[in-house]
Amino acid sequence: MIEAKKVFEEFQKHRANAIVSVQGTSGKHWRDITTNENRDITLGGAMGQSTAAIFGLALGLKSEKVVHFDSEGALLMNLGVIASIAGKQPKNFVHFVLDNGCYATTGGQPVPNSENIDYAQMAAGAGYSKTYNFDDLEDLSTSMEEIMSIEGPVFVAVKVNAEVENLPIGMRKRTPTRSRAETITDLRKELGIK
Amino acid sequence: MVEQQVEILRPETLIEEFKKNGVTHIITIPDSETNYLYELMEQQDWLDVVPVSREGESMAVALGLNIAGKTPVVLIQNTGMLESGDSIRGMALDAGFPLLMVVGYRGWTRKGHTPDTAATYTEPFLNAFRINYYLVEHDADGPRISEAFEESQSLKKPVVVLVGDEYHGFNR
Repeated sequence: MIEAKKVFEEFQKHRANAIVSVQGTSGKHWRDITTNENRDITLGGAMGQSTAAIFGLALGLKSEKVVHFDSEGALLMNLGVIASIAGKQPKNFVHFVLDNGCYATTGGQPVPNSENIDYAQMAAGAGYSKTYNFDDLEDLSTSMEEIMSIEGPVFVAVKVNAEVENLPIGMRKRTPTRSRAETITDLRKELGIK
Repeated sequence: MVEQQVEILRPETLIEEFKKNGVTHIITIPDSETNYLYELMEQQDWLDVVPVSREGESMAVALGLNIAGKTPVVLIQNTGMLESGDSIRGMALDAGFPLLMVVGYRGWTRKGHTPDTAATYTEPFLNAFRINYYLVEHDADGPRISEAFEESQSLKKPVVVLVGDEYHGFNR
């Protein structure tokens, strides 16, 4: 089991110029680590659909490396997207899944079959060109350079600690972040897209 | 017989309209009635066909392509549109980008009455989401596709083309 924050710290060393999308409770750590916010994008807005949106972005920006940090709960809501991605074989797409085994934001209820499910095996079966499974930080660190340099679509399943939030939504501490529209505007400006 | 042929909406008409409007990607779930259109789209070197696994994905993929500066069109059936409500809301209406959705109108009949509830709920669904729509039945209606496309561009929101008589129009 790995701390989600450590995953992002290791990733940051190899990010280079990649466009990065994060989601889920684990994803909140990225905003403390990123050094290029203009290339960070948030495409939430419909349950289970952010992965499809980032997939579309990768298809439209073939010369850019696009990295998506998914959560297993979100992926399960639209699992067919792994077949859609594998079908188009976007070479520039890296798909992490930070698997904490539960719906952390709603109190930590387990996702279906959380103890036994193997997301990397599913992605391999769907046709991703390379898949990985990690539950040890050192193994992840050793492989990160390869993950970021090989041709995609690459799938990386990482077992992370659950950071369960139990307070009612209205009582949770909110850290100001850019809205989805702002991240879209900033990225398009960065890439010179009108 | 001749009269029947004239009434057909040819897949070539859709392709011409897509090309005229600079469409770059079609995000779709193929169905047996649109097979010839699918084959024709695959033959166009200016068009990238993106098959998805469930219709709700199509609006999200289109959003990503829109952000990247491309011009996507969603091509699905009304049954799949009904399934896609949350994605239409969150990934299309709330996103502020233009999106033409071409939707096969399963169950539609000219006389109005239909035993197919897919048709019964199609227009009420679009009205509930406040999405404008155009009915296209045959080749003469082709320009409505451009009209819908231009409307989606100017409103920066989804506009739908409902393809009536889909059970006959795309058959060879």
